[in-house]
Amino acid sequence: MRIGAVVTAAGAAVALAAACLPASPARSQGPAAAVEAVIKGSWTKATPEWQARLAQDETQRLCSQYRNAPPNEVANAILARERAALQYPPDGKLMGDWKKGEKLAQSGYGLRFTDYPPRQENGGNCYACHQLDKKELSFGTLGPSLLAYGKARKHAEADVKAVYERIYNPQAAVPCANMPRFGTNGVLTIDQIKDLVAYVMSPDSPVNK
Amino acid sequence: MRRGLLIAALGGALVVAGGLQTLAQDDTEREVERYRQMLKEDPWSNPGLLEVDRGEALWKAKRGPRSASLEACDLGKGPGKVEGAFAELPRYFPDADKVMDLEARLVWCMEKLQGSNRADIVKRPYSKANQAGSELEALATYVAHKSNGRKFAPRLDHPKEREALAVGEALFFRRQGPMDFACATCHGDIGKRIRLQGLPYLSKPAEAREVIGQWPAYRVSQGTVMTMQHRITDCFWQMRLPLIDYGSDVAVALTMYLVNQAKGGEVSAPQIKR
Repeated sequence: MRIGAVVTAAGAAVALAAACLPASPARSQGPAAAVEAVIKGSWTKATPEWQARLAQDETQRLCSQYRNAPPNEVANAILARERAALQYPPDGKLMGDWKKGEKLAQSGYGLRFTDYPPRQENGGNCYACHQLDKKELSFGTLGPSLLAYGKARKHAEADVKAVYERIYNPQAAVPCANMPRFGTNGVLTIDQIKDLVAYVMSPDSPVNK
Repeated sequence: MRRGLLIAALGGALVVAGGLQTLAQDDTEREVERYRQMLKEDPWSNPGLLEVDRGEALWKAKRGPRSASLEACDLGKGPGKVEGAFAELPRYFPDADKVMDLEARLVWCMEKLQGSNRADIVKRPYSKANQAGSELEALATYVAHKSNGRKFAPRLDHPKEREALAVGEALFFRRQGPMDFACATCHGDIGKRIRLQGLPYLSKPAEAREVIGQWPAYRVSQGTVMTMQHRITDCFWQMRLPLIDYGSDVAVALTMYLVNQAKGGEVSAPQIKR
C-alpha cells in the first residue's frame, strides 16, 4: 500500500519533470520509473524474498536521489528517522568481548547468495574499509583509520556509546554515510555489535595497543 | 606535553604500518604491472589470447539447430562486421528494439541465427577458476579484441540509448540491500581500496577511461577470462543482492554509463588483472 503510493508519487514526479524540462539525461537524477522497471526485469529468477532487497527504504531512496549530499531539511528528516531506529542492549552494557569482535571485524561472511544456508554467523568485515589493529596490514581505506581509536579517546563512556550507535546505525549521526546500518538492517545482532565496540574501545583490545 | 608525545607516537606507528602495508600492496601491483609490460613487449604471451582464438573459431563454426555460424551477426556496424564494433557498444538495435551490450547481443544472435534456446545459452555464462572460458566468454573476448586500439565512441542518437545512459547513471548511485551499497560506495572516490584491492573511481572519466577498455580481462588468480557482465554480477553479489539475469537491462544500462564515462579511452582487451 505504502509502496504503491510512493511509486505513484515517483511516477507523477517523473511525468511532471518530463513535461516541464528539456531532456538532459546526463544531468537529471535519472528517470525513477524507468529505473524501477529495468530493475524489475533484470532479476526475474530471484525469489520474492530476494527481490525485496532491491526495493529501497525511504533513506536509501533519498540518499540515492541526492547522491549522499542531501539538503538540510532532508538530512534532518533522515537523522530523525534513523535515530528513532536505534536500539540498545537491554542490560545497558555497550561493550562485549573484544576477542569475538576481532573475529567479526575480519569476517566478510554473510548475506551473499552463496552464503545460504548459513554456515557461520555474519561478519562485520570492518577491515574491508578500516585500519584497526596495527598488526593487520590488509585493510581498506573506504573508511577512516580506527587505529588506537579507543585509546585516543581515553576509552570514555560517551565515546563507547557513540561507537555503539555508529555501528548500529551510522546514519543516526551522519545522514547518507557510506557505512552500512549494521544493527537497523539486521546484518549484526546487538551482542555482535557490543563485541565490535569492545574491539574498538577496550583498553585490552589490540586496536588500542 | 604527554598528549604531544602520544600524538607523535601514534603518528610514528601510522607511518610504520602505512609503510609496510604500502609495500605489500606495491609488491602485487608491481608484479601485475611488470606482467602488463611484458605483454606489451610480447603481446602473443597473453594467455587471454587463447580465448580470443577459441572465440573466433566459435564465431565461424556452424552450430545450433540451424547449423549456422555467427558470421552474419550484426553487432551494430552491419552483418559480419566485427572490427571496431565493440568500441560502439552498447547501442540501440532496431531488430530487437532494444539497447544491447556485447553480451546481450551475442545471446540474441545465437538465438536468432543459430536457433539456440536462450535458456540453454545463458545456463553457464561464467567459467569457474582454472576452467576454460565459457562459449560466451570466448566469443565476447574475441569480439572485444577486434576493437583493440580503438577509442570508445558510444552512440547517443536514439532516445533509448539516452534513456539507457540515464538509467545506468541512476543505477550507479542507487543504494539498496542490507548493506545500503551503491556502485558509487566503492567506485565514487579517488585512491580507495577494499583490503588491499585498489578500486577504480568510475564516476571520474579519467579513471574510467583507463580501466573499462581492459574488459573482458584475463584474471591471473582465476586463470580465466572475465567479462564485464561477470564483473558486474560479482559486484552485485558483494552488495548482497540476488544473482542478476545474464544480459539483463540493468547490466546493459550500467555498461552504457561506464562506457560513456570511458569515452575516448582505448580498448585493450583482454587485459591482465590480478
